[in-house]
Amino acid sequence: MKAHRQAAVVGIGSTSYVKRGHSSPATTQELGAKAILAALDDAGLTVDDLDGFVYFAVSLDTGWFAEALGIPTIRFSASAGAGGNASASSVALAAMAVEAGVADVVVSVMATQQPPARRLGSAFAYKPPTPESEFESLFGLLAPGHAFALMAQRYMHEFGVTREHLYQVVKTQRDYGLTRPKSLFDRSITREEYFSARMIADPLCLYDFTLESDGAVAVITTAADRAKDLPHRPVYVVGSATAGDGRWGRGINWLGMDDDLFTTAGARLLADELYAKSGLMPSDVDVALFYDHFSPAVLLQLEDYGFCGRGEAGDFVAGGNTKIDGRLPVNTHGGHLGEAYIVGMTHVAEGIEQIRGTAINQVSDAEIALVTGGPSILPGGAVLFGSSPR
Amino acid sequence: MSETRRDMVHAPAMPALAEERTPHTQPFWEAARQHRLVVPRCAHCGAYSMPPKGFCPSCRRQDQHFVEVSGRATLYSFTVVRHAVIPALAERVPYVLAIVKLSDAHDLKMLSNIVDCELKDIRIGQQLQVVFQDQADGVTVPRFRPVHP
Repeated sequence: MKAHRQAAVVGIGSTSYVKRGHSSPATTQELGAKAILAALDDAGLTVDDLDGFVYFAVSLDTGWFAEALGIPTIRFSASAGAGGNASASSVALAAMAVEAGVADVVVSVMATQQPPARRLGSAFAYKPPTPESEFESLFGLLAPGHAFALMAQRYMHEFGVTREHLYQVVKTQRDYGLTRPKSLFDRSITREEYFSARMIADPLCLYDFTLESDGAVAVITTAADRAKDLPHRPVYVVGSATAGDGRWGRGINWLGMDDDLFTTAGARLLADELYAKSGLMPSDVDVALFYDHFSPAVLLQLEDYGFCGRGEAGDFVAGGNTKIDGRLPVNTHGGHLGEAYIVGMTHVAEGIEQIRGTAINQVSDAEIALVTGGPSILPGGAVLFGSSPR
Repeated sequence: MSETRRDMVHAPAMPALAEERTPHTQPFWEAARQHRLVVPRCAHCGAYSMPPKGFCPSCRRQDQHFVEVSGRATLYSFTVVRHAVIPALAERVPYVLAIVKLSDAHDLKMLSNIVDCELKDIRIGQQLQVVFQDQADGVTVPRFRPVHP
């Protein structure tokens, strides 16, 4: 029997990030190809080494990449999860392919473009109603933000969380984004700006929503024994779970979750799986990269992943605990709220940078990074990156 | 999807129903046209579920029937949608998207809208009553108004 093969992440590449619609005339495939080449280069590898592809949320074409980039051998191509929440799972699936010996060098790639006709902020609205969706669309549940507004309103009502807490989430991340050269913001935000911003869907205002941006990020995973010979310190996939409580159902697409789940990110079962399988605990995590399409998602995940009790995340953030010198630095790259929205893949890239020790906002001695996909539909996904093999 | 179709989807008070009707959804909309609120209930185990899917999530049987409820409800959560995510909605905002719990269906959650009141008078936990709004396209939409605005 072969010895256990461990996977490690060895390369990160990205395009520039631009406001939605501003990446044309490049195509989504072209952005993806640029990110793949940049990630291979970062890894000290070439297209001759690359033999696996993992996508999520956006359908990319392996055949086109093979044609355009002259990739000689394909051994694996798959899609992870069911939506943008599979960002972390796309790396977990790459690691599984490597560990199973199916492929040797696998890229997880996200390329996203939001021209007006394909704007994610009105993602539900562009689909004609079906018998499965008409009970939501008829009443005007037309965008993920509407769902998060309903979830946040109930959560705030039950736990006394306020818009001040949401502001603290946004402010913390906008501050992190200030040092990031690729950030689409050139400054932070003031309390006055936040509280005078227009409301989009109460209790959420403009700044509680992610930016909408175009760009691509790719990450290369290979076997740990091969990683040792490559330029960067290997980043090991020391835990992963792609899971969820069945009662979450379609989550933000239907909002019929039971009361005990409604005011969560729907990730408690996922977190339990992640910690149980990895043998790690919340106290082992040095930095967390939480998918933040909306500011309340950060609070809900702080609780689901075991860093705060129920309803306590607002005070946790307001107390400065998620800042760089806090108990748990969160979204140190600025996240979707403070840098750019590449569907969770900037969080994956930042988790890798933190473990390499090369992050712009580096957490000192970071050994374990948690990266999550977004609370949305089933299943959710998360990975733990570590500086040592498990 | 053509522009015409896209406009149709968003034209009435809210988007239209699916073009395709199924035996699992049709009774709900037929009852609404008669200004009756009905919800699916499993004939075998008595569990309620919404929206109608044809299966009982508690016992897996495909033996659901529609039972009429009074339309009394409590407000579980709501949002005032102020921004039109698509231009076709520009004249529809603000509207109130709500999750209500049906009082005589085991507090079954249902997505709907709050109407017939001022925005400032909406609060979680308040008592609601269903109202039926007949749209120009022939669809009747069950919505809710506060009992004591």
